[in-house]
Amino acid sequence: MDLSDTPGGPHCLDQYLDQALPGTRTWTRHCPGPGPGPGTARTNIEVVPADLLLLASSDPQGVCLLETANLDGETTLKQRRAVAGLGRPATEFDPENFNCLVVCERPNDNLNHFKCYVERPDKVRVGVGIESLLLRGCTVRNTDQVLGFVVYAGRESKSMLNINRPRYKRSKLERALNRDVLCCVALLFSMCLVGAVGHFMWRRSLPGTPPYLVPDPQGSLDAPSLSAFYMFFTMIILLQILIPISLYVSIELVKMAQVFFITNDVDLYDAEWDRRVQCRALNITEDLGQIQYVFSDKTGTLTENKMVFSRCSVMGTEYPHKENAVRLAVVDEPDPDQEVVFDQRPRRRRPPGWTLAGGEEEEEEESGSGAGQRPHAAPPRSKAARSAHGDVAFSSPLEKEVVPDKALLQQIVKIDFSGGGREVDPYLDFFLALAICNTVVVSTATAQRERLSQLSSGSVSTGPSYALSSLAQKVGSLRRSLASWKPLTRGASPDSQVLAPEEEEEEEVDEEEERGRASGRSGDMDALRSCRLVVDSDEVLFEAESPDEAALVYAAKAYGFTLLARGPASVAVRLPHGERLELEVLDTLSFDAHRKRMSVLVRHPVTGEMVLYTKGADYTLMELLGSPCAEQLNDDQRSVAANCQKHLDQYAKEGLRTLCFTRKTVSEREYSEWSTLRQTALAAMDNRGAQVRDSAVHLERDLSLLGATGIVDRLQDSVPDTIEALREAGIQVWVLTGDKPETAVNIAYACRLLDEGDMVINMSSKDKRQCASMLDCTLEAVRRYPPGPDGAVTDPTVAMVIDGRTLAMALESDLQERFVELARRCRSVLCCRVTPVQKSAVVKVIRDKLKVMTLAVGDGANDVNMIQAADVGIGISGQEGMQAVMASDFAICRFKHLRKLVLVHGHWCHSRLAHMIVYFFYKNVAYVNLLFWYQFYCGFSGTTVIDIWLVIFFNLFYTSVPPIMFGIMDRDVSAETLMGLPELYRLGQGEYKSSIFWVAILDAFYQSLVCFFIPYLTYRGSDVDVFTFGTPLNTVSLFTVLLHLSIEIKAWTAVHWGVMMGSVGVFFVSILAYNALCVTCNPPANPYWTLQAQMGDPVFYLVCLLTTVVALLPRYTFHVLRNTLRPSPLLLARNLERLAPAARRRWTQGWRGGTRGAAAEGTPREERTAPGEEGPSPTWTPPRPPRDTTTNAT
Amino acid sequence: MMASSYNAKEEDGHITVSGPGTLKSKKPDNTAFKQQRLPAWQPILTAGTVLPAFFVIGLLFIPIGIGLYVTSNNIKEFEIDYTGTDPSSPCYNCSVNFSWNSSRPCSCSLPFTLEQPFESNVFVYYGLSNFYQNHRRYVKSRDDSQLNGNVDSLKSPSKECEPYAHSDNKPIAPCGAIANSMFNDTLELFFMDPNGTRIQIPLTKRGIAWWTDKHVKFRNPGGDSANLTSVFQGTSKPVNWHRPVSELDSDPENNGFVNEDFIVWMRTAALPTFRKLYRIVQKKSHLVPTLPSGNYTLEVVYNYPVRSFDGRKRMILSTISWMGGKNPFLGLAYITVGAVCFFLGVVLLVIHHKYGSRNNSADIPN
Repeated sequence: MDLSDTPGGPHCLDQYLDQALPGTRTWTRHCPGPGPGPGTARTNIEVVPADLLLLASSDPQGVCLLETANLDGETTLKQRRAVAGLGRPATEFDPENFNCLVVCERPNDNLNHFKCYVERPDKVRVGVGIESLLLRGCTVRNTDQVLGFVVYAGRESKSMLNINRPRYKRSKLERALNRDVLCCVALLFSMCLVGAVGHFMWRRSLPGTPPYLVPDPQGSLDAPSLSAFYMFFTMIILLQILIPISLYVSIELVKMAQVFFITNDVDLYDAEWDRRVQCRALNITEDLGQIQYVFSDKTGTLTENKMVFSRCSVMGTEYPHKENAVRLAVVDEPDPDQEVVFDQRPRRRRPPGWTLAGGEEEEEEESGSGAGQRPHAAPPRSKAARSAHGDVAFSSPLEKEVVPDKALLQQIVKIDFSGGGREVDPYLDFFLALAICNTVVVSTATAQRERLSQLSSGSVSTGPSYALSSLAQKVGSLRRSLASWKPLTRGASPDSQVLAPEEEEEEEVDEEEERGRASGRSGDMDALRSCRLVVDSDEVLFEAESPDEAALVYAAKAYGFTLLARGPASVAVRLPHGERLELEVLDTLSFDAHRKRMSVLVRHPVTGEMVLYTKGADYTLMELLGSPCAEQLNDDQRSVAANCQKHLDQYAKEGLRTLCFTRKTVSEREYSEWSTLRQTALAAMDNRGAQVRDSAVHLERDLSLLGATGIVDRLQDSVPDTIEALREAGIQVWVLTGDKPETAVNIAYACRLLDEGDMVINMSSKDKRQCASMLDCTLEAVRRYPPGPDGAVTDPTVAMVIDGRTLAMALESDLQERFVELARRCRSVLCCRVTPVQKSAVVKVIRDKLKVMTLAVGDGANDVNMIQAADVGIGISGQEGMQAVMASDFAICRFKHLRKLVLVHGHWCHSRLAHMIVYFFYKNVAYVNLLFWYQFYCGFSGTTVIDIWLVIFFNLFYTSVPPIMFGIMDRDVSAETLMGLPELYRLGQGEYKSSIFWVAILDAFYQSLVCFFIPYLTYRGSDVDVFTFGTPLNTVSLFTVLLHLSIEIKAWTAVHWGVMMGSVGVFFVSILAYNALCVTCNPPANPYWTLQAQMGDPVFYLVCLLTTVVALLPRYTFHVLRNTLRPSPLLLARNLERLAPAARRRWTQGWRGGTRGAAAEGTPREERTAPGEEGPSPTWTPPRPPRDTTTNAT
Repeated sequence: MMASSYNAKEEDGHITVSGPGTLKSKKPDNTAFKQQRLPAWQPILTAGTVLPAFFVIGLLFIPIGIGLYVTSNNIKEFEIDYTGTDPSSPCYNCSVNFSWNSSRPCSCSLPFTLEQPFESNVFVYYGLSNFYQNHRRYVKSRDDSQLNGNVDSLKSPSKECEPYAHSDNKPIAPCGAIANSMFNDTLELFFMDPNGTRIQIPLTKRGIAWWTDKHVKFRNPGGDSANLTSVFQGTSKPVNWHRPVSELDSDPENNGFVNEDFIVWMRTAALPTFRKLYRIVQKKSHLVPTLPSGNYTLEVVYNYPVRSFDGRKRMILSTISWMGGKNPFLGLAYITVGAVCFFLGVVLLVIHHKYGSRNNSADIPN
């Protein structure tokens, strides 16, 4: 929907919205007369229709939670605050009385920045930033009602300004094709010119007026020159088949079939979503086979965007959470059978945080539908159903349920009672910090459900609800079908696999109990159990600004520290033994990119002391650990820090996101001093952000380390394999992410975008001069390495990490060349903190400067620009809305599908189409030249030696289907081989070159000469008539053209045989019928009984045999010699397929080793030397650990 | 909001309900065709695999070629040029003086000698050179439906025939440039017996046209039994003709449009140098050669001017084999191509033994 399309513009917002959003959406609007502000709007709908300045919300604090997945791809909740100083809740807010003046900056495309002030009636100006702007396209969460002032609408809204116009895409092959068609036009004109000049000379050489020159009705003959002039145009008509018009039609048909095959590939089908790959652009399938650069989004594309608590280190002790790791591995394959099977078993007590998929929904359903009912009478939503529309944030069991580490669990048990409970204990602190040091909002399951049902009944979101109900139906039917199957599965692996850990857990607990009793501490265990029961009794759901926060809160919950409620000034936590702890929140120092940490200052209700819990990136927190009295730090503390650092390094190596937790006791005096500072900072008008930040920094020092956590942002299935395959295929992979560099680098290592041995260049600079000098010296250094075949440095592999700001500078016109030059030599590039517009700018620059084929893949609205800018745009249809898919050329469900799509289908489509196009050119030239050579023997008069109908039929019927079939079904190398040997991809890229085109044209000339002159020499001087002479020419051409094709066909299926035989059959049957039935039809022509006469003549067969053999001999011999003497890798791969699987595997390994070595792509990874140590410039980083990817611009 | 509006559309396209209450999975069929796994024969052209083909072609073509060459050599052919361009030629006067409009026929006679006897049926051809019967406008200048006996076309010939469609406001029959320029020399053969007598050789004028042309494609208007003179009443003869079409021959079976000389001429030659069948000398008995060796005279009634296009007129006597007239090209070509293929086969055999093992499974790296 586009607001700017409405006739009245933004001022008629209400009318428009009424049309577009009927049903539950209620809108009121107030136009305070003519003025700068377009009007105010009150909404309780989820999706924001225009850029709104948040004036009030139903939340008493004026807070509104927002999901920006549609814009930046992050599914996390963002907080927006109503403009300060207007502070009235939405219910009391009366738009009629809103008479402030809103002054804001011009519409721009920056999603992260907004500058505006609101002048109240009392002339007090309130500064407003992005934190009060609800961007169009975002989804409002957890807030009943918001009231906003429309600042930008329609085309002026920030999200619209971020969307570029779609580019008309034409495939590279078609561009080359057009060039060659022009060559054909040139050829046609030169042939026509030869005809015209030849006719002129022929006429001039005649001594008189021969009887065979037919005068015009007036009885006079045209002058030779005039006749030659006419002849030029006659020739154009005669030879115009040279321009392969039919080729364009054939290409369309072939592409249609290719699209059919791609969408029907079962490997590209995703069962979880029940979706196939979608080909939205029908005309660029073959470009998939030409890709040289892949630009990928990170969040949601490479990763699942699901954060899962993995392990932690508390007070210098590592708790590896082995069981949790096991679980993570198991839950990988969610299977609806599991819940069904589980349902059949007697219900038993579950340990906290360990429920099976869909467990809590079943409970809800059960309570709702009556106790006596069978649980699956009302089918629960499957996991797919829930995630399909992504309304329930972080509801995946994977994220919610953490299996506690036994050792750590015992530690907690110890503190609570042996330590007296109230004492300050690092373990208690650690978990408290985990639970409260965040911005997580608590909502109960019932609230969730209500919202969900409300959404389902909404008219705009018919999509999700429809999907929901249909999915429910589906699950139901699935269950029915499974009923008979159940007995089998009970003993089968899914059952035991899932239940095993649980049972184990039970046993463990029992064991502990035993031990506990034995040691006389049975009370602890009882308490522990009771706490579990308490936890189990109510369901709480957490919604967080960032998924890792939620993961941490769930982790804390697993250990019994349940966050119960978060109010504006207090936070409630349930402790493991069931006691509810209310902490007064004195202040929250929110996260910012500079500090890279956040803190919560609370007052402990029992001890009354003020504690500051800080959570943040390890390298920032580690620096703050020390204190003026650092010497007083006991050895304990120091060893904690050292151990923790060790663990952090290990986590980072495993690709985990790491966070550190610290605490600090703040004295009253310190607090009162600081709070005044804070107040002034908050009240400041200018430079408020920096002041607020400084005030936070002021408090966050002398921290004492509690511990660290490692969180997995799980990669999607097979992402590392896919990226490695793409890189082996010679594709340079770039990752463009809005995420921060640390996370991005982590993920890059995890998905093998960066390798241990890679030389990583860090580009991060503050100003342009610095950026230029960095580019220069890095380029200088990189140039010393020998470039590989495609320009990228291969030994060692160079990778680049660049941040958004530096990228913006590097993309400016004066540095662009150098940046591109550097990027060309990098195997992989990682761009962090880039905006959607920058993403497309990068793609455009690389595409235009390097003249390469680019592919962009992304899943969110923030990738739309990139997808449109790239030659091939691929959208991942996933959780995050449909914009990426709508803008894309192909929509896939998983990143891993890219591998087959590009390596197999891309290769096939391109190879098939390229061969078909070359063949079409050849075919037309070869055939038309027959007519042309005849002109030398008919005085260049434009006579067709073959009946004109047969000339038309030849292209239309006799030789059209085989090449189309060839273009659709030929298979040079099997899918398995293409997947196994990605190197073949690059080799397949050169299938259509102008050299190949010209060779085909030359071959066509040769063949046409043979096809004309062998019959000519045979029939010379005889009494043969025009069409009787044309019949062997036509027949010979048919055989030559078809057999030529059969040399090119790599795989003969039944279809190929059928089509080939069919073509020959149709040729003879139709021509025999035509020649027999057409006595006087088609008047001037005289085709009657010609083929019949020829077929009664043995010479006809002899001529056909000889001519076909001679015409094809060179090509055939050439193929044989090339295949024998210098077989191409593709041919070797084809040979490979004939081997037995075991032999093939050995062969593949050997071959791959060979080609890699040849391409100097490197020694096995382990042996690669790290160049970092003797790095030529200060920008080199030691290859690992990724922690060190700090900005090191000097 | 964009998301929501798209969603609705998206889902519409997505859900395909196959029956009441059941939902069809969009999972593609796992069939060999759809998954592009059809069983296929995947030939790889290498020296080893194609060797037999080359030898087979070589061994097949050489005997065929030899056979053709021998057959062609056994054909007896004699050709005499009677254009009369050379002043010493008996027909020189005729060729110089004659034009289309001459009313008085010019005759000349050419003596010739056959060194060898012609044993079987002898075909008598007239040959024209440099006559572009295949000129585009010329080829079209005819009315097939008139020739097929259509009375309407007889009265109003097709415009393709212009400017040879009407003469003196009467339609021309047969119309068009092809008919107008019909070859009209008369050739007669005389055997000069060693004892001095001139024996005229009987020439058959039937059976020289294609059977289908004579019986299907060409028909006189009004059927076979009609009186041709009355049928062609009201039409005009082609301007270059001396006689109307109804007087081409005395034999009613060979008169009008079904005159075989006319039909042969109407089948336009493909190449500018061509021959057309004129008469047949039928073999009389097994004992006597059809044309014994000796001296002959060719009597020509010279009606056809060729000077306007530097043309040549020939008379050809030829026997015929299963492969038509004398043409050594095809035999030689077969022999050559066979030899080349055989040679290539040998070369490939050598290559195969030297390099062929590269592609076999033997070269799995170990």
